[in-house]
Amino acid sequence: MSPSSTESRVGAHVYPHGTRHSEAMTADLARRAYEYRAQVLRMVYGRKSGHIGGAFSCAEILTALYFHHLSIDPENPNWNDRDRLVFSKGHACAMLYTVLAHRGFFPVEELPTFRGLDSRLQGHPEPQKTPGVEVAAGPLGHGVAIAAGMALAARMDGSRRRIYAILGDGELNSGVIWEGLMTAAKFALDNLTVIVDYNGVQQTGTTRHVMPTEPIADKWAAFNWHVIEIHGHNMAQILDALDRADEIHGRPVVIIARTTKGKGVSFMENQPGWHGGIPDSAQFESALAELEEGARLWTA
Amino acid sequence: MDGLIRNPLGSPSPMRKAYGEALVELGHTRKDIVVLSADVQSSDFSYMFEAAFPDRFINVGIAEPALVDVAVGLANSGKVPIANTFAFLFATRALEMVRTHLAFAGANVKLAGAYGGLSDSFDGPTHQTISDFAIFRSLPNMTVVVPADPLAVRKLLPQVAAWKGPVYFRLCRNEVPEVFTDRYEPKIGEGVTLVDGDDVTVIACGVMVARAIEAAKTLAKQDIRLRVVEMHTIKPLDTELIVRCAEETGVIVTAEEHSIIGGLGGAVAECLAERFPVPLERIGVKDTYAESGPYSELLEKYGLGVDAILAAVQRALARKQVNSSHATSEVFK
Repeated sequence: MSPSSTESRVGAHVYPHGTRHSEAMTADLARRAYEYRAQVLRMVYGRKSGHIGGAFSCAEILTALYFHHLSIDPENPNWNDRDRLVFSKGHACAMLYTVLAHRGFFPVEELPTFRGLDSRLQGHPEPQKTPGVEVAAGPLGHGVAIAAGMALAARMDGSRRRIYAILGDGELNSGVIWEGLMTAAKFALDNLTVIVDYNGVQQTGTTRHVMPTEPIADKWAAFNWHVIEIHGHNMAQILDALDRADEIHGRPVVIIARTTKGKGVSFMENQPGWHGGIPDSAQFESALAELEEGARLWTA
Repeated sequence: MDGLIRNPLGSPSPMRKAYGEALVELGHTRKDIVVLSADVQSSDFSYMFEAAFPDRFINVGIAEPALVDVAVGLANSGKVPIANTFAFLFATRALEMVRTHLAFAGANVKLAGAYGGLSDSFDGPTHQTISDFAIFRSLPNMTVVVPADPLAVRKLLPQVAAWKGPVYFRLCRNEVPEVFTDRYEPKIGEGVTLVDGDDVTVIACGVMVARAIEAAKTLAKQDIRLRVVEMHTIKPLDTELIVRCAEETGVIVTAEEHSIIGGLGGAVAECLAERFPVPLERIGVKDTYAESGPYSELLEKYGLGVDAILAAVQRALARKQVNSSHATSEVFK
């Protein structure tokens, strides 16, 4: 019996895994992704520190996973048969923390402590401090190999729990990513789904300029993964892709989610400067207005 | 301490075979043990576990960062993974994985560092490991354990598996003399006094323990009473025992199959400097890389033989006398 339908402490509605992807559900989740962006903006602006661009690009992906797809229990974050999510692109953790808080893992009121002294919400994820965080991240490239270890453990246990990992495209530069790819393929880990938040921009420029990774789908396919490509800000496509990935047998699955770094704020989109840039007060107000408008467009 | 060591020391016995057998024994008693290798299981003898428990053995190929990261994923899911590759690869190539996920984030992964020290003697300096104690000791939350003979491998491995948190277990490739009797009951974090003596203390680990015992026998004929302490745990260090030895013998020699920088000698020096300063002589590889060659001859050439211990004890005794005459002149000033 999956406890994923447990009402979260803060009351953010969860659509249990298996719920039909109605237009209302899809729109509600899409709206929340914009609200969570606004929350991240407040956290980074408040602390004058953090990473907005990569947090905004994975807003819909994290929202879909935590409010629908994952089998997890905020009341019992260490429940051994939970689904696992490895958040490999650790610098974008302001979005992870926001989603975890709204899912009920810890109080939403704690979010403004992000990156402050004595906070449970560290600059990069620290599993021993933050309920719901599975592994440390920040140094890039760990996600696939760690998730493969989790998937192997699930298989050894005869468990149906599933393993997910969210990667940035920049961290595909790292060699250990490809070691992990080979390991997952060798063991035919079909209980593993990796989602690449392919926003095309890393710290100092476009991925095309810094270290070309295309044709990325061909590369994963050549490593014997099943590849699904989607528009990574289209909630319906995300929800469907996650379901399809669960049905693939004999191979691990990668969802290449084509996204936009800084998504939702016009002057931040696709700008490497907003990888770690901090808005001034005028930019903050302007960005907040755009995000509120983004949320409003999804409000029925 | 009586009866902990064989007299004479036993005939040489292969450390890695003892390790393979100990792994299999552990696999029978603990179903949560998973063994991983970066394709060196035929070298470190973890192939014995693979043969006994194929469903709990994972070969990730020649990919040491993935070796550690896959183990991290297993540990997150309640397994107790024991990852195997050459010691230098854990300490260098996979170090960031170890630092981030084991030391920092506390993943309960055990690292079995094969071919430690100069024990991969013929393969040469690229394969030898003389900086691993220094590297792992500097990481908060890491535990560093070094067995001294095959029996110690068998007695310590279950403790390594049961220890809460990450452990680096440093192994030797080769045949080494059997040092201990069945009465030897090591506990992680506690040094063991093997030979009593009040003139000089030698604190040794790994293959240097047998050499220190040989040195004590030679010195006994010259009426020099060498205390031999085995420090199988480099971290957490048994500082109380070290201070007691400093108080009681007034001078310390350390002996390790490691660089003289940052390992057992470095750890003892830190302890003595803060707690009870006495003269210290460190035996180890003298801040250089070694070369290819037969193991015991290599240890001799790079200053890790019994003769090196004897010479260090003589230097220590001389410094002890200078120290005590200083103390005397202070008193009569």
